[in-house]
Amino acid sequence: MGRVLFHIGRYVLLMRSVFSKPENMRIYWQESLREMIGMGYGSMGIVVFISIFLGAGAAVQTAYQLVAGFVPLEVVGQITRDSTLLILTPTITMLVLAGRVGSNIASQIGTMRVTEQIDALEMMGVNPSGYLILPKLVAGILMLPLVSIIGMFLSIWGGYIAAVAGHLTTSTQYIDGVMRDFDPWALSVGIIKLYLFSFILISISAYQGFYTQGGAFEVGKTSTKAVVFSCITILFADYIVAQVLLQR
Amino acid sequence: MIEIKNLSKSFDEKLVLKSISASFNPGVTNLIIGGSGSGKTTLLKCMVGLHEIDSGEILFNNRNYNGLSFTERKPIRQEIGMLFQGSALFDSLTVEDNVMFPLNMFTKMTKEEKRDRVNFCLNRVKLQNVNKLMISEISGGMKKRVGIARAIAMEPEYLFCDEPNSGLDPKTATIIDDLIHEITHEYSITTVVNTHDMNSVMEIGDHIIFLFEGQKWWEGTKDEIRNTDNKELNDFVFATKFLQNLRNK
Repeated sequence: MGRVLFHIGRYVLLMRSVFSKPENMRIYWQESLREMIGMGYGSMGIVVFISIFLGAGAAVQTAYQLVAGFVPLEVVGQITRDSTLLILTPTITMLVLAGRVGSNIASQIGTMRVTEQIDALEMMGVNPSGYLILPKLVAGILMLPLVSIIGMFLSIWGGYIAAVAGHLTTSTQYIDGVMRDFDPWALSVGIIKLYLFSFILISISAYQGFYTQGGAFEVGKTSTKAVVFSCITILFADYIVAQVLLQR
Repeated sequence: MIEIKNLSKSFDEKLVLKSISASFNPGVTNLIIGGSGSGKTTLLKCMVGLHEIDSGEILFNNRNYNGLSFTERKPIRQEIGMLFQGSALFDSLTVEDNVMFPLNMFTKMTKEEKRDRVNFCLNRVKLQNVNKLMISEISGGMKKRVGIARAIAMEPEYLFCDEPNSGLDPKTATIIDDLIHEITHEYSITTVVNTHDMNSVMEIGDHIIFLFEGQKWWEGTKDEIRNTDNKELNDFVFATKFLQNLRNK
């Protein structure tokens, strides 16, 4: 318990230092743009790929469970849509991105720590946490939700392809299902989750990297820890958000 | 001038530096020497504020440095250049961008002025036509020189070098030593070099502090070190048969 409190305290202090006044706004902004390209463009491929198959999988499995004939087949589209908005895109996509973006951030910052590059920044009078983490947070919070929102559409479209091509529903039934009883709040919750989980993913990975000690072996361990702790925290936050925002 | 007064530092229960006091003058190459585990890297890191000290004082031109927050230290830090053991260059940037980094961050120089300054610094460390190379494309000796160029880019008053010639061949190590020595005298910088290289000691040691088991054990010049009767220092400096024979001649 003591260790957990120690890490929470150190994480809070790190975040406070991250959000302190930048030494040179122009340089921070340039770094943010560079990170945006890396995170946005770099994550696009994997998000497109997993989104299509998540939607397709959701549609097929929903259809498989509709054994009783009295349930209308439009439900396939409806459930694929709600699953996509509430869990598949915000949570599963972010868990996958934790593996890609999170491990990358942790190993990058961790390597900078063990090769004294962070000490070099500090010696120049640059706030290392601000310079290294703030642009990543800005880029992550702007780009990861944006890419994931594209993923939401692709997931629903993936469900359509699977349902129609597999003769599970007709095109009209699936589209009707997607449109039926649409609650904009579900989309809002999905988007809130995307922003929250992006912050969690970037900040926890950066925290792990920033306090790396040792050498190459420890950088590897840091990278693993970043993914594990980001995933656990995202899943925990998912439960809390659902409890708070989806109570009827 | 840098002064340290009764500086002590411990890690957990282990006292690593025991009440060390010393002065480091400008225009002089000050060396901190000692065996592995003697506390010289810790002393250097304490002096630049990368380790917080337990007690004592660190004064840069009579300005107290310890006990200051990160923000309060910034003005002094911008007067410090540091060469790290592994160079600590930013490997995502080119040679030019590395040297330009502090200029970009802290000055309002034009692009042209910055480029001129970078070229001047790279020329000063005898590097040409490497501006656009990535750090992974240059040799260890060149990395050290780029590190020095970056350290002097902001025209520092103080230069700290942590084992500047570790991992280098003797010839390149001598070039690096000479560069540090020349720059120190040329710009009257207060230079503190942490080393266990005996060539450096004999070549550039204007002022030497020998650390032994976390204490300042001996202080003098390279000329005095040859004739010292301090047993621990002799054991350290003349550790090899070759050097012992050389001394006895």
